[in-house]
Amino acid sequence: MAVPSVAVQRRPSILSRLAESRNTLGLGFMLPAAALLLVFLTYPLGLGVWLGFTDTRIGRPGIYIGIENYEYLWSDSVFWLSVFNTLLYTVSASILKFVLGLWLALILNEKLPFKSFFRAVVLLPWVVPTVLSAIAFWWIYDSQFSILSWALQQMGLIDHRINFLGDPTNARASVIAANVWRGIPFVAITLLAGLQTIPQSLYEAATLDGASRWQLFRHVTLPLLTPIIAITMTFSVLFTFTDFQLIYVLTRGGPVNATHLMATLSFQRGISGGQLGEGAAIAVAMIPFLLAAILFSYFGLQRRKWQQGGGD
Amino acid sequence: MTASKQVERPNTDEGGMGYLQSLPRRVVTVYLPLLVFVVVLLFPFYWMTITAVKPNAEMTDYANYNPLWVVHPTFQHIRYLLFETSYPGWLLNTVIISTAATFLSLVCAVLAAYAIERLRFSGARQVGLAVFLAYLVPPSILFIPLSLMVFKLGLYDTPFALILTYPTFLIPFCTWLLMGYFRSIPFELEECALIDGASRWQILTKIVLPLSVPGLISAGIFAFTLSWNEFIYALTFIQSSEKKTVPVGVLTELVRSDVYEWGALMAGALIGSLPVVVLYSFFVEHYVSSMTGAVKE
Repeated sequence: MAVPSVAVQRRPSILSRLAESRNTLGLGFMLPAAALLLVFLTYPLGLGVWLGFTDTRIGRPGIYIGIENYEYLWSDSVFWLSVFNTLLYTVSASILKFVLGLWLALILNEKLPFKSFFRAVVLLPWVVPTVLSAIAFWWIYDSQFSILSWALQQMGLIDHRINFLGDPTNARASVIAANVWRGIPFVAITLLAGLQTIPQSLYEAATLDGASRWQLFRHVTLPLLTPIIAITMTFSVLFTFTDFQLIYVLTRGGPVNATHLMATLSFQRGISGGQLGEGAAIAVAMIPFLLAAILFSYFGLQRRKWQQGGGD
Repeated sequence: MTASKQVERPNTDEGGMGYLQSLPRRVVTVYLPLLVFVVVLLFPFYWMTITAVKPNAEMTDYANYNPLWVVHPTFQHIRYLLFETSYPGWLLNTVIISTAATFLSLVCAVLAAYAIERLRFSGARQVGLAVFLAYLVPPSILFIPLSLMVFKLGLYDTPFALILTYPTFLIPFCTWLLMGYFRSIPFELEECALIDGASRWQILTKIVLPLSVPGLISAGIFAFTLSWNEFIYALTFIQSSEKKTVPVGVLTELVRSDVYEWGALMAGALIGSLPVVVLYSFFVEHYVSSMTGAVKE
């Protein structure tokens, strides 16, 4: 008599204990990651927003000054120039990275000898530390001994050296070119992975229906690649928008602030200038743009899930 | 839908209908553009290498020497770098910091990914999304408040400032990647183990982890590369010359006011890139799968 009753009593308690232990176990497993992220990511994020409302300087705790930092920035032409530069840099570099990256991905998707070798080699610019490759670009862009100027002179295309980093327009083009150089591999390789998931039978069917090469690309490749394009480009835009290293190495924002991005201006004012509050305010001003990109990415992901038939 | 399956799948109908194209046409549409891409993408590395072994006399004398070649290669820049600067120390610092940050992040990420993907505690989906969002928070907006915190915690100018802050971008990435790998392991294996009386910890260490070694390698390689390449935190949180990492040290210590030691700079950039390039060349497939996997999942 006692045995079945015990079993009946224990069954729900085991289930409830299992559910309980699931949560407690989950909490325990999450603890290290959550602790690190809360302390060194979430808290600083909040602290940064708070700092933007204070006049904190290095070595001196600040007091709440409301939106004074933002009012100052609103009337600061250098800040607006940096916003313009950041947008120009992000938009032009992203478009170039997308077009060239997609092109490279399409080439690598063809039947090629030594394909895996090419794929590995093409990724190198992305693997090497940005600062170190930027130093190489610094030397390539040298005002006196630029190899590019030399090569163009040898070919007779120009008659005097190009001042790559000294002239505002040239400097902007140069940093964008260096950023594109580094970003193409990422775009190309992720898009290549997307291309490889498109079944060849679709191309064969479209060809039998008389589609031209352009039509194949426009009506088969592009629609099937759209989800991964959306995500890849969101990441690319995000990284480009918050770029710091390349500018810091090549121009430090010069000449006459022509290449200052919001991140480099934030560093210059916040760390080099000691105005932590103002620097933080500039960093916070980047958040709305980032949020827009993140929302875009989120809906991109949702769409992909829906296309795969939902579920996790 | 895991990254490993997609990337490692042999693409049997590779190239598809390429045979329909004539050879001259393929040369123009495929081989020529590919050649241009490869040359442009690799040229800076060539230029770096050739400058690193070029004697100073040849370096600026474009009239008598072809700058694209080196007549009398020299190791003077590399010798200068290794024996007369703090460069070896920076290399050591970078190795220690990157290894420690990678290890710390991997441990945290394995536990977190397993909890989110397999324990499915209440709110796991939301936590998973939060991890993804954390991945999107860039260091450029965190370094100012973090510098204040690092200072207050007494970590300023110590390696721990970097070992503890690098996981902020490594953990979200690794967790996201490992979630994808864990998802590909059949539930049945775990159920069998549960019935046999295994604890969750035993399942994780004896079943899930051995099966996700490729994922762990991918996450580890990628995290190591990311920490090796990190710049803005290392620039902000470290002050003493001998405690710097390679990217910061090369840029701030080797560049003196007027005289640019281009040979030494290029040698520094080259040697600083070598460890990640070597690591990458051994694990290309893992690297690619981690890169594409993190984007696709």
